[in-house]
Amino acid sequence: MTNSFEIDGITVPFSNGQTIMDAALTAGIYIPHLCHNPEFKPHGSCRLCTVLINGRSVAACTTPAGEGIVVENETHELVTQRRLLLKLLFVEGNHTCPGCEKSGACQLQAVAYHCGMLAPEFVHFYPKRSIDASHPDTIIDFNRCILCELCVRASRDSDKKAVFNISGRGIQAHLTIDSPSGKLADSAFNSSDKAARVCPVGAILPKHKGYNIPIGQRLYDQAPISQVGDVAKHQEVADE
Amino acid sequence: MIEQRPVTIEQLETAAQPEKLRRIAIEPLTRVEGHGKVTLLLDDENRIQQARLHIVEFRGFEKFIQGRPYWELPVLVQRLCGICPVSHHLAAGKAIDQLVGVEQLTPTAEKVRRLMHYGQMLQSHALHFFHLSSPDLLFGFDSEISQRNIVGLINAHPDLAKQGVLLRKFGQEVIRVTAGKRIHGTCAIPGGVNKALDSSERDYLQQDIHQIITWGQGALELARKLFMEALETNQQFARIDTHMMSLCQDDGALELYHGGLRVTASDGSRMMDKIDYREYDQHIREEVKSWSYMKFPYLQHLGPEKGSYRVGPLARINNCDTIDTPLAEAGRIEFRSLNNQGLVQSTLAYHWARMIELLHCAEKIEQLLDDPDLLGTDLKLSGEMRQRGIGVIEAPRGTLIHDYEIDDDGLVSRANLIVSTTHNNRAMNESVRTVAADLFNGQEITEGMLNHIEVAIRAYDPCLSCATHALGKMPLVIELQQPDGQIVDRLIKDTQGELKR
Repeated sequence: MTNSFEIDGITVPFSNGQTIMDAALTAGIYIPHLCHNPEFKPHGSCRLCTVLINGRSVAACTTPAGEGIVVENETHELVTQRRLLLKLLFVEGNHTCPGCEKSGACQLQAVAYHCGMLAPEFVHFYPKRSIDASHPDTIIDFNRCILCELCVRASRDSDKKAVFNISGRGIQAHLTIDSPSGKLADSAFNSSDKAARVCPVGAILPKHKGYNIPIGQRLYDQAPISQVGDVAKHQEVADE
Repeated sequence: MIEQRPVTIEQLETAAQPEKLRRIAIEPLTRVEGHGKVTLLLDDENRIQQARLHIVEFRGFEKFIQGRPYWELPVLVQRLCGICPVSHHLAAGKAIDQLVGVEQLTPTAEKVRRLMHYGQMLQSHALHFFHLSSPDLLFGFDSEISQRNIVGLINAHPDLAKQGVLLRKFGQEVIRVTAGKRIHGTCAIPGGVNKALDSSERDYLQQDIHQIITWGQGALELARKLFMEALETNQQFARIDTHMMSLCQDDGALELYHGGLRVTASDGSRMMDKIDYREYDQHIREEVKSWSYMKFPYLQHLGPEKGSYRVGPLARINNCDTIDTPLAEAGRIEFRSLNNQGLVQSTLAYHWARMIELLHCAEKIEQLLDDPDLLGTDLKLSGEMRQRGIGVIEAPRGTLIHDYEIDDDGLVSRANLIVSTTHNNRAMNESVRTVAADLFNGQEITEGMLNHIEVAIRAYDPCLSCATHALGKMPLVIELQQPDGQIVDRLIKDTQGELKR
C-alpha cells in the first residue's frame, strides 16, 4: 500500500522523504517554480511554488508530502499571487525578452506565460548592472539574474568550487564571483561545470552561440513549461 | 515654373529674419514611416522664405548597444524599425560575419539571407506604393482629403488595394519562413544562418510566386503609366539634380545584398565604382545642423555643399548597367530611355524605379525557390575573431551602413549606423524647398498645397524613425514662458554640446 495525497483533486502517490514538489514532478503535475532543481537541496526562496495545505501557505519544494493532505495548486488566488511575484521579478532586473537570446527557452518567461502574465504592471527599476564577458567560453549578464542560487548550489555542491555566491541584503542582494578580480575569467570556473548549465534564465550563457536555434525549435516554442519542464533538465542534452 | 521662383532653393534653408514671418507646420507628416514635420515660413504676401524637413523623434541605438555582446547585434538593431527590420538584421549580420572572420558564407546561408532580403524589399515596396503613395498618384495631390488614403483606395479600386495587401503579405511570409516571425525574427548568426528551408516551406512559397510576379508586372505598368500620363509635370515636380549612390555588382548589374559602392555624378559620369564598402568612412562624412536630429551625409571629396547625393530605388536603377532578371531589365530599359545620356532625376520617378525593383525581387524569389541550395544543411562557418566589422546592404530605402567595433571580450565598444533615409536628408529638404518655391508664391494657401510638400517627401519613402542617431549632438532649445507667453528664460545647447543663453 503506497502513501498518497491530493493536489487539486488528483491523487498523488509519494514515498517517505519526498516533498510535495518531488511527488508532483514524479506524477507529472506542474507546480510553477524557478529556484528548484531536483538535483539540488531545495532552497525555498523564489516562493513561486507556494501552495495551500488546509488554508496554510507553504513552499511545495521544502514541505514534506504527508498522507492524506489536501493541496491546492492552480487556484485563482494562487495563480494571481504567482503572477504578482513574476511581475515583481521582471521589473527588478532588466528582462528585455524581445532582444534576449534566451527568449523561447527561458524558464522565467515560460513560467510567466503559464501564469498568464502578458504585460508588465509595475514601474521598471532599470537597475544599472554589468556584463562579465571576461571568460572565453561563458558570459554572465547580471541584468537577468533572479538570485535563484542554482549556480551557487551547483558550483558548491556539484563542482566543489564555490565560484558563485550571493552578497548584499534585500534589494542590494547580488551575484558575486569568487576570484581576485571578481571576474569570471580569474575564477576556478570552467564551461564544463555543472554551474554553467543550471541557470533558468539568460544570466549564465555560452558565448558566441546566441540565436543558433531558430524560432519554432526553441525549448518552449511547441509546448508550455507545464509539459516541457525545466530548462536545466534539457541543458545537458543540448550541450552534448 | 522655375522662372517664377522668388528666391533660390539654397536661400530657403534659413530665412534672414525668421521672427517677422508667419509659420506653417505640417505636423505630423502623414503616410511616411516615423515622425517628422515640415515648417514653412512665409512673408505677408504668402511667399515662401524658409522651408525645412525636421525629424522630431530620437532613438539612440548607437549608444545603448555599447557593452552588449556582438552576437546580439542583428536581433537588437532590427528593433530600429518595424517596416524594414530585415535590412538592419542583415546589415548587422554581415558586420558580425567579419567579426568572426568569415568573408564568404556557405551557398545555403547566403541564399537564405538573400531570400529573406528580397521578401522584405518586396513587402516594403508594396506597402509604400499601394498603401502610402497610390492615393496621391491615383486621385491627385489636391484631391478630396477624406478620400486620399488606403480606405479611399479600397473603395475606388478594390482589386488594386487587394493586390497591394497580398503582395505585402507574400513578402511577409517569405520573412516568416526564413526568420521564424514576420517581424523581428532571428536568421543571421555570426558566419551564417540558423536555419534553411525545408521542402514544405519552399512549396508553400512556390504556389503563389507566379501570381506575385503577375501582380508585380501590373504594379510596374501602373507606376509607369501614372508617370507618363503627365510626363512634363511629373518630371519637374520636386526635381533636384544630384549624384546617386548604391551598391552594384562588379559587372554593373543591380545588386541589393552585396557589392561594391558606385557613385554616378549628376551629369551621368561615373565618379566612383567597385569601392569596397568597408572603406565607406574614407568617402562619406556627416554634417550636423542645429535644427534637425538627422545628420546630413556628403561625399568627402566634394564637401558638404556639393557632395550630397541620393540613394534608394531611383539611385539604384539609374546606377546599374543592367538587371539580371528579364522582366525587371525590360522595365529598366524603358525607364532609362527617359534620359539615356544622363540620369533620370525626377523625384516622382522614385515610384517607377521602386516598382521595377519590386518585380525584380519577385523574379529573384522565383529563381531562389528553384535552387536546391536553399534546402541545404551547411549553415555556418567560423574563423579568427576580428575587432571591427562593417556591413552594408541596399535596404528598400537605400544604402544602409552598419559599422561596429568590439573589445577583447566580444562586447561592442563603438557603433556607427548610417541609415538609408539619412543619405537622402539633404535631397528631401531640397525637394521640399523646390515645391515650396514653386507653389508658395503669393497665392492663398490650401490643404492641397501642403500635401504637395508631403508628396515630395513621400516619394523618397523616408523612414524617419530609423534615421535619427546623432546622440550627444542633439541641439536643444529650452524656453521658460510666463502664462501670457512672454519668454522669461531661454537655454540653448548647440551641436557641440555647449550651453548658452
